[in-house]
Amino acid sequence: MKKNYKIYADCANCASQMEVEANKTDGVKNAVVNFMTLKMQVEFEDGVEPKEVMERVRENCKKIEDDCEIYLK
Amino acid sequence: MNKKQKKNLMRIIIAAVLMIALNFVQVEGWAKFFLYMVPYLIVGYDILLKAAHGIKNLRAFDESFLMTVATLGAIALGLYRTGDYTEAVAVMLFYQVGEWFQSYAIDKSRKNISDLMDIRPDFANIESAGKIEQVDPDEVEIGTIIIVQPGEKIPIDGVIVEGNSTLDTAALTGESLPRNVQIGSEVISGCVNLNGVLKIKTTKDFEESTASKILDLVENASSRKSKSENFITKFARIYTPAVVTAALVLAFVPSLITGDFETWIYRALLFLIISCPCALVISIPLTFFAGLGRASREGVLVKGSNYLETLSQIKTVVMDKTGTLTRGIFDVDAVHSEEIKPEQLLHWTAHVERYSTHPIATTLKKAYPHEDDDCKVEQVEELAGLGVKAVVNGKILHVGNEKLMDKVGAAWHPCHRDGTIIHVAIDGKYAAHVIVADMLKPNSHKAIESLIAVGVKRIVMLTGDLKKVAARIAGELGLTEFHSELLPAQKVEHLEKILQEKNSGKVAFVGDGINDAPVLARADIGIAMGAMGSDAAIEAADVVLMDDDPLKISKAIQIAKKTLAIVKENIYFAIGVKFLCLGLGAVGIANMWFAIFADVGVMILAVLNALRVLLKI
Repeated sequence: MKKNYKIYADCANCASQMEVEANKTDGVKNAVVNFMTLKMQVEFEDGVEPKEVMERVRENCKKIEDDCEIYLK
Repeated sequence: MNKKQKKNLMRIIIAAVLMIALNFVQVEGWAKFFLYMVPYLIVGYDILLKAAHGIKNLRAFDESFLMTVATLGAIALGLYRTGDYTEAVAVMLFYQVGEWFQSYAIDKSRKNISDLMDIRPDFANIESAGKIEQVDPDEVEIGTIIIVQPGEKIPIDGVIVEGNSTLDTAALTGESLPRNVQIGSEVISGCVNLNGVLKIKTTKDFEESTASKILDLVENASSRKSKSENFITKFARIYTPAVVTAALVLAFVPSLITGDFETWIYRALLFLIISCPCALVISIPLTFFAGLGRASREGVLVKGSNYLETLSQIKTVVMDKTGTLTRGIFDVDAVHSEEIKPEQLLHWTAHVERYSTHPIATTLKKAYPHEDDDCKVEQVEELAGLGVKAVVNGKILHVGNEKLMDKVGAAWHPCHRDGTIIHVAIDGKYAAHVIVADMLKPNSHKAIESLIAVGVKRIVMLTGDLKKVAARIAGELGLTEFHSELLPAQKVEHLEKILQEKNSGKVAFVGDGINDAPVLARADIGIAMGAMGSDAAIEAADVVLMDDDPLKISKAIQIAKKTLAIVKENIYFAIGVKFLCLGLGAVGIANMWFAIFADVGVMILAVLNALRVLLKI
């Protein structure tokens, strides 16, 4: 399953770090962060609850970069 | 300017004013230190916090860290020896100026490009109880009558049931001429209604409508990263730790040998400032983004940065004929029938083709306008590359090419007339043939010429059509290489042969039909005709031409080439200047001001260069 999330990132480097962190998070099969459109496209592993996974992704991103946000719908 | 940018601009201005004022204040020692710390902290506190945050999470090597170490180092030097803090504050100040400019430029281009693609309809008008009501287009069901006022965007694809008007399709197709529409016209969402009030019966859900689909494509486009972008991400990850290590070596090894700590630590700090990779990290994706935006303004949707990269290397273009080079609109030229009256024959063929979307089907339907009568049409079967079979009023009809006739064992015979011959067999017996002719698109000739002008070495035409027709079209266009009478599978075979040939370079395939989908997917770049093309073709393609104009192929290649040229310029320029300055810094020729230029100046130049993509070629 693939979902798109709006994000905020301060700079391209932060965005690419968010991508690394998101990909490291359990339940995420593949994540692509697009700094230009400020979007994160996440492909989830089978049978996970996207909401829970995204909470973890957000936490992990916050850890490496204070100045970022993922808007969970 | 958003809130954050405004706040940062204020911080920069206050710090700059304070710095100028401090020039006129005569203080020494600790008092001077504290006075200079005021602008330093005003302009740099967030950077210090970010650096601290990074260290806490064991992710130290980022820009904030580099700037923190460099400026704190410069302050330490001031405390210890020189008593001058101007450089430290100036570095932080200019770094913030650069950051501010970068964020402003990106915001601006983000907005510019999304304005270009501003086709998202916000509401739909429906009539309920005699009043017009605005609703969310998501909630409108298929078959609902919606009302579009002059000046509004059409929210959902549909057919006009009342009113006539002209439509501005520029945002979708890049075509500036307005299009006239009247009752019965099919209209697509995203067009702007210019004058009359239209009542439209929707034929699709909002999500399946053209505007939604295109937005989806464009918004996801730059998520597919190009090789250059991936290179830069990887490069930055290795580069920053490497530079920090080099700076440490520079700070301590020579100073331990010579005993001159001050000079070497200063040089190591310069090294850190110069080394910031931001010019690269930001300008490369920005260039691609601008390239994608520029292309969509021309009515060319490129589905990813990686395709822009491949597009710039196209050496061979393989083209479908019908609907790509020709208009795909046929007219019935003549009916050669054995026994049945032409009128009756066209009546039947129209029934057989009732559900088909092939251009020839459209013509046959057009040739008999009262198709929707009470005749019984059953067991319709589309035979790819052959034709259509159906049972009409109990008679088995085969309508298609010679191969289909051979297959059903009908004794067909050739025709002396030029054009596409559609044979008809009734109950397995040959009955008649219909001759239809297709015309070149007005821009096809120019399209071929301009492809050669942008560096395409070889153009091949593949078609399912007859050799005779293919030869005529190829002759008119000046094409020397064409293959005709191909089934979809044979088109793939031909393309694969071309792909394997050594000097083909990157190969693009341009097509429009359902049967082109496998070839579109197989080519290095699949280019589909968007307006007339089938959904399957648009899905399989990497590039979609919104107005079906073959001239746009060379335009797309041109934009791709320009984008890639700028990407290369930026990579060489930024890395080149960085290494040059790093070298000069290490041997002591550069000072802090020089270092600031190498960092902020290069970044600003690279961003400005990236935005050049948006200019007209």
